[in-house]
Parts: sequence; structure tokens; C-alpha cells
Amino acid sequence: MSALPVLPVILPLKVAAITLWFRNAPDKQHRISLAGSFLHLGVCAMLFIRVVQDGIQTMQVGKWPAPFGITLIADHLSVIMVMVTAVLGFAVTLYSRAEIGSRMLKSGYYTLINILLAGVCGAFLTGDLFNLYVWFEVMLMASFGLLVLGREKQQFDGGVKYVMINLFSTLLFITGIGLLYGLTGTLNMADLHLAVQEVQNPAVLTATAAIFMTAFGIKAGIFPLFFWLPVSYHTPPVAISAILAGLLTKVGVYAMIRLFSLVFIFNISYTHGLLLISAVITMLTGVLGAAAYNEFRRILTFHIISQVGYMILGLALFTPLALAGAVFYLMHNMIVKSNLLLISGLTERISGSFELKKLGGLYRSNWFVALLFFVSAFSLAGFPPLSGFWAKLVLVRASLEIQAYGAAAAAVIVGLLTTYSMTKIWGEAFWKPRPPDSDNFDAEKKHPDIWMFLPVSMLAVLTLIIGLVPAPFLAVAEQAAHELTHPEIYVNAVLGGK
Amino acid sequence: MGVDMETALVFICGIIAAASIYLMLSGNLIRFIFGLVLATNAVNLLIFVSGRLSQTQPPLIAKDAVVPTEPLANALPQALILTAIVIGFALLTFVFILFYRTYQSLGTVDTESMRIAEPREDDGEDEANSGVNPDKPQQQEGA
Repeated sequence: MSALPVLPVILPLKVAAITLWFRNAPDKQHRISLAGSFLHLGVCAMLFIRVVQDGIQTMQVGKWPAPFGITLIADHLSVIMVMVTAVLGFAVTLYSRAEIGSRMLKSGYYTLINILLAGVCGAFLTGDLFNLYVWFEVMLMASFGLLVLGREKQQFDGGVKYVMINLFSTLLFITGIGLLYGLTGTLNMADLHLAVQEVQNPAVLTATAAIFMTAFGIKAGIFPLFFWLPVSYHTPPVAISAILAGLLTKVGVYAMIRLFSLVFIFNISYTHGLLLISAVITMLTGVLGAAAYNEFRRILTFHIISQVGYMILGLALFTPLALAGAVFYLMHNMIVKSNLLLISGLTERISGSFELKKLGGLYRSNWFVALLFFVSAFSLAGFPPLSGFWAKLVLVRASLEIQAYGAAAAAVIVGLLTTYSMTKIWGEAFWKPRPPDSDNFDAEKKHPDIWMFLPVSMLAVLTLIIGLVPAPFLAVAEQAAHELTHPEIYVNAVLGGK
Repeated sequence: MGVDMETALVFICGIIAAASIYLMLSGNLIRFIFGLVLATNAVNLLIFVSGRLSQTQPPLIAKDAVVPTEPLANALPQALILTAIVIGFALLTFVFILFYRTYQSLGTVDTESMRIAEPREDDGEDEANSGVNPDKPQQQEGA
């Protein structure tokens, strides 16, 4: 037993404390955070390699044996998520160097970002339900702070709604924890897997499952609980939008996958049937909602919803292939979605607007930005051979295998509609000639700099690599799915093979 | 005796939860805060009850003993509630400040009239979509 699983959580917390110490020295904050996020990337990569080579890593915090203390556990799903989190954290830290002004740095921007990363990694690595709640809170507090850090009117407006609905979801989460504890007498997730099978009262257990589904559904943004997302995610600075879009809803998806593959698997036809319906409607409403908008960032944030639908679809089908698809989709989507938002920031820096009406001619003036957008956008839409294609392919095949033709059709149609939105942005922002009334923007003042191009190119190259060489990524996702469909592996790792 | 107390607490939980939902849905930020306070308490009570109420000893054992000899009260729910109270308190202070600043900035506590992040199509979408553009006059620094 080593301390490796706790490092991805502790490191960002340390960096957060150090940046707080230097809060009046923006330049030092940039450097410390960059070093910190690079180290974080290294630590997460070490954990990832260790898990891929040696299997599940566990750590009993404070040496309390398993069902009594808090267990940290890094299985394949956890380390994949932690790894992508570290990549996004690094990219956004790079980007922040160009975008975040000294006023926000003095208000504790990097402190909040690092606490967010710690909270997200903690949520991915914990094996205890109450501890998961605590990490959710850590993450939420940081995201609340980040969302209103710029102190602009629309940020307060979006922020208030975000805070309200998320507090409610948190209350539901802890209600579920209370009920589940009352039923089983344990909150260790591996122990819960065993204890749930002995519960005498299946009706109450199903109700508890529904409460958890609602709580995580709000976090993940599934139908009909997503309305807080398009209100708030386009309001803060781009770097914050990108990291929230990449991480927060996915923590909800992760928690959903974890609990509905490990604990709530006693009534699959009901719970997963409900998830299937919800997933399909989420995909459709998300993509149709996005089609109605004409602003770069709002289109992208609305698309988060339809993408979450795909991941939940993979969970709802609940076959090894479908789960592998969901995990692969998570990997691909977190990278691509954050990158698209970062690119929207690049185009805003070049043209001075997020409004598609006011954008134009970017293909002619900035072919490199156009190329970066092209790779990410059409990967999101699922064009071969980009990463989104493989993600969608696996999910569609998984649907066909169990004769869920409706789900397969929805996945394909939503892919096509995503293409519509992406081509709309492409046509308006990149191909159409630049509208004459936008000349008053002084592009010389705020030129996009290398700190913006670096992370965006990095993530685009990563998308390309996943697309061109999908086999190793799929293999890891399949391994994760194997563990998810065989909960006894997880249980043995935590409780030590009873 | 213990069962009666549990039933009573369950009803109290339900009543508080209903009241809190009513307050939260009334579309006013101030009422939302009160609803939030009530809801937190309802949930804490629920965790307390889910640990079972019993007339037993406090969870302490004799100095030389390894295992308890008689039935003890369940201490875990109280530890969970304590954590939840602390977290809830932190969130509450944040929400107070956020709502106060929102009121300062937007001049209203009525959620129906807060449409700046999501404007209706007909009333000037420019205002909302200029997020990062520093040139707009209406987005002064809130401090």
C-alpha cells in the first residue's frame, strides 16, 4: 500500500495554499500554478501507469481497515478521469496566463482553480460515499467562487441560479446518503455493494436510487434537470468556462456511473430503463437547444448537455461494450469540449465578440485558429477519423448489439445535428467575410499570444492522437468497463478478498 | 418509546422539508435562503433518525475493554451531521454574500426579473452577450 492515490488530491491543495500566500504577486502566482499543474500531471501519469500495469491501487486513510475508515481507490475508471483532469488543469493554467488579469488573480483565481482540481480528483478517487459528498462540496465551493469572480452583472445572474440548483442537488445527495445509511448501516461503496443485496425493503431502496439519480442528474445536466447549465456557463471568463465545462458535469456522470454500476444494480430494468429514456431525451434536447443560439459560447455550452446524454446512454445500456463507449466518450469529450471553449476565447480575442453575427473571415486571417477549431469541432460531431467518431461508433454498436434501435438512431441523428451546429459556427465565424460594422474593434490592443495557442494546440493534437490511434485508449476504456461490470474486483480490492 | 420518537421526527422532517421547498420555489432570494436553512436542518434530522434512536449508553467503553459489553448508541450519524452542519454553514455564509452582492449589482431579489444572463430574444441580446468585452459601459466593476 503506497500513498500514491492521495497525491493527485494533496498536490493541488498545497499549490492552492501557496498561491494564497502570494496573492499580491500575480507573476509568481502564474509560475507557481504552472509548476504545480505540471507536477500534478506527472503525479497523475504515475498513478495511471501504476494502475494500468499493476491493477487497482487502494489506500486506507489513517490505516483504518476498510469498511470503517475512508478508502481511496484508483481503478481504471478513476485514473482515466484523474488523468484527463490533470491534462485539462495544465491546459487551462497555461491559458490563464494570457487571459486572467491581475485583479482576478488577487481575488484568488489560482487558489480556486487548484481547490477545484483537488475536489474533482478527490471525488474520482474516493471509495466512500460520504467522502464523495465532501469532495463534491469542495468542488462546488470552488466553482461558485470561480463563476462570480469577475463580478459582472450577468455572472451574478448566472451564478445565483447555478448556486441555487446545485445546493438543492447537494441536499438531495446527502438525503440519499442518510437513507442509504439507514437501510444498510455502511457508507463504504464496496461494502454497500454487499450490504444492498441484503436489504429487505426493495421499494425504499429504489426510492433512494431515484434520489441519487436526481442529485447526480442535476450535476451532470441530464434531461429534465439541465436548465441551470445554459444560464451560467457562458458568463465567466473563457478559461473558467472551459474548466467548468470539462470537469464539473463529468463528475456528475462519473458519480452516476460509479453508483449505478456498483451499488444500485438490484433493479436494472427500472433504474437503467429510466436512465435510457432520460439519456435519449437529453441528447435530443441538448442538440436542438443549441441550434437555437447564435453565440459561440452558448452553442458550445448547450452542446455539453447532448454530449452528457451520450455518456449516460452508455451507462443505461449497461453492457461491457456500452460502458467502454461511455468511458471513451468521457475521455474524448472532456478534452474536446474544453478545447472548443478555449478556441472560442481565441476567436473572441481576435475579433472582439462571441456573437456569430459579428464574427467572420477568420479562415482567411487566422488559418491556424481555423484548423484548430476544425479538428475539435468535427471531432465533437463525430467525423472519422477524429476521436468523437470512435466514441460514437462504439456506442452505436453497443446499442445495436442489444437491439436498442431507438437509442442507436438517436445517437446517429444527434451526431448529424451536432454537425449542423458546428458547421454553423464554421460558416459564420470562419468562412463568411468579415462584417463591415465590426471594424471599430482594435485588434492590435489585445493580440492572442502564445500562452493561448499552446494549450489549444496541445489539446487539439491530443484529439488527433486519440482519433488516429484509438486502440490503446479503447483498450484502457474496455479494461475500465470490465471492472465496472465485475464489481467483485472493486470489492475485493477494497475489502481484501472475502 | 423509541419508535414513537422516530415517527414524530419523521413527520417533523417531512413538514420542514415541505416548508423549505415552498420557500425555495417562491422566486425571492431572501426566501430561498430561509428555505435553504430549513432544508439543511430537515436533512440533518433525517440522517439523525436514519441512525436509529435508542435509549442506550453513550458510545464509550471501559478503559481496559476492547469491545463494548452492552448496546451503545450509534455515534456515526452524529459525526456525519456535524460535518454536514459545518459544510452547510460555510455554504450559507457564501450564499448570503453572493445574494447581497447580486442585489447590489442587479437591484432586485426577484428571480423572475433576473434575465441578464439569458435575455429574451426581443430585448437586446447585445447586452448579455458581451461577457468579456471590457468596452461595454454597463459592466462596471461591482466593488
